Amino acid sequence: MADKRSTLDEAISRLSSGMTIGIGGWGSRRKPMAIVRALLHSGLSDLTIVSYGGPDVGLLANAGIATKVIAGFVTLDSIALDPLWRQVRQRGGIDLTEVDEGLFYLGLQAAAWRVPFLPARAGLGSDVLERNPLLKTVANPYLDGPFADPADVGAQLLAMPALRLDAAFVHANAADTAGNATFTGPDPYFDELFLGAADLRVVTAETVVAEGALSAVGPLAKATVHRLLTDLIIETPNGAHFTSCAPNYDRDEAFQKAYVTAASDAATWAEFTSRFLSGTEADYQRAVATFQEESKS
Amino acid sequence: MSPTRAEVCIAAIAEVWRDAGEIMASPFGTIPMVASRLAKRTFSPDLVLTDGEAAIIVGAPPITTKPQDLVREASVPYKTIFSIVWSGRRHIVMQASQIDQFGNQNLSAIGPHHQPKVQLIGVRGAPGNSVNHKTSYWVPDHSTRTFVQAVDTVCGVGYDRAKKAGVGATRFHELPRVVSNLGVFDFSGPDHEMALVSVHPGVSVDDVTRATGFALHIGDVVETPPPTDEQLAIISEIDPKGAREREIKS
Repeated sequence: MADKRSTLDEAISRLSSGMTIGIGGWGSRRKPMAIVRALLHSGLSDLTIVSYGGPDVGLLANAGIATKVIAGFVTLDSIALDPLWRQVRQRGGIDLTEVDEGLFYLGLQAAAWRVPFLPARAGLGSDVLERNPLLKTVANPYLDGPFADPADVGAQLLAMPALRLDAAFVHANAADTAGNATFTGPDPYFDELFLGAADLRVVTAETVVAEGALSAVGPLAKATVHRLLTDLIIETPNGAHFTSCAPNYDRDEAFQKAYVTAASDAATWAEFTSRFLSGTEADYQRAVATFQEESKS
Repeated sequence: MSPTRAEVCIAAIAEVWRDAGEIMASPFGTIPMVASRLAKRTFSPDLVLTDGEAAIIVGAPPITTKPQDLVREASVPYKTIFSIVWSGRRHIVMQASQIDQFGNQNLSAIGPHHQPKVQLIGVRGAPGNSVNHKTSYWVPDHSTRTFVQAVDTVCGVGYDRAKKAGVGATRFHELPRVVSNLGVFDFSGPDHEMALVSVHPGVSVDDVTRATGFALHIGDVVETPPPTDEQLAIISEIDPKGAREREIKS
């Protein structure tokens, strides 16, 4: 049995500039932040980021690593707007393709199922379609016969194109050495589809257990990432910090607030970057531990 | 004691879910959230409410209820939510940073899309919501900056744009109500233009038209019915700390 355990460095070394990268999670929830932090030091450029956007998008766009973003929103949940993202957008520094969050789901599903598009009503009449010449509509082909719905004869539907990814990164509550993973929190989001849509499939996890041991971590029905969907498994404890990773930990609201405060000004952002984002993942986790100690006192 | 403006808005928003039956009520903002729970506790007991995360909750508990004290009855992760959206069994009350006379809504960006003057949260699910199920809007700061001639980015689809996109967009498109801090509106004007239905107590028709950046259709305008004493008692039970008063300037 192949052992899929790997490292952040190994995963980053498989990437190249110009790639399209999917990042799992949703807003400021269960984001593979250890990978995002590693990407900040990767020297890669010109990436397209595909994400239900949270701090991953603001960080990578602000650092100039991502030059293109495909998203339906960027939010920190408990704080509606990410100041880094806001600044990047307001200086005109990013190519944004905005899609309805349901269309985004269909785009990943289409890629995972290897079909060129999936149809939807979502997007029709909105600027998602009107301002994006790359998106196209398709005519309902069922005009008569038993499958024709008279109310939809003549309907044009939005043909959401497959969002194919060169690589996808998701963060799980636990994974095993063979490449299975489980989301024991309330929502698996669309992580399984990110993996299904990608060529290189990487799962970071709070903990990595032996093959067959995931059923001891939580109900097996929650282990929805099976090893046909993964290439590399990386143990990154606290790896989603400062986003939430329930039930392991909630969002670090104090830290997120510090991030937002620092990001609103160039000088304080430089300070924040030097304290938290200039070293390795281990350095980051040590700096966070110190931050948490200081907040307690 | 006479009801506050926030309480009038809550009662007005609750009305969008009257006789809604067994559908998901999705409120965005404190006042819509209190309104959805008021509707469930009174005239629409079958409404389906969520914990804002990934589950349906039992009853309509106070909004101060701690997550661990909510009773959950079914799991509805985002994937399931989209199935509900596309099935039509939902009536959402979204907010609008801008809304125009045909009900086009913007929550993406103010100014040019390639370089906005103000970047907002993004289109979110507004394009899909508005063409798949009932979509109403809550605007807590009615002014010529929010009620505009033309929105900068069309997220939620209005009647004119839906019509232009054809039957694929119009089949399930319906915008029942807009509630602002000044009044209640629908789209009963000519060609589905926005019409003033009622003004909140203490607000004149002039106040509303002056704060609106397009010509409103003005028909028979009444005063927004204030909440009853029974409704007021339920509102304070649902929102014991008065969070509703912080969402608008009374």
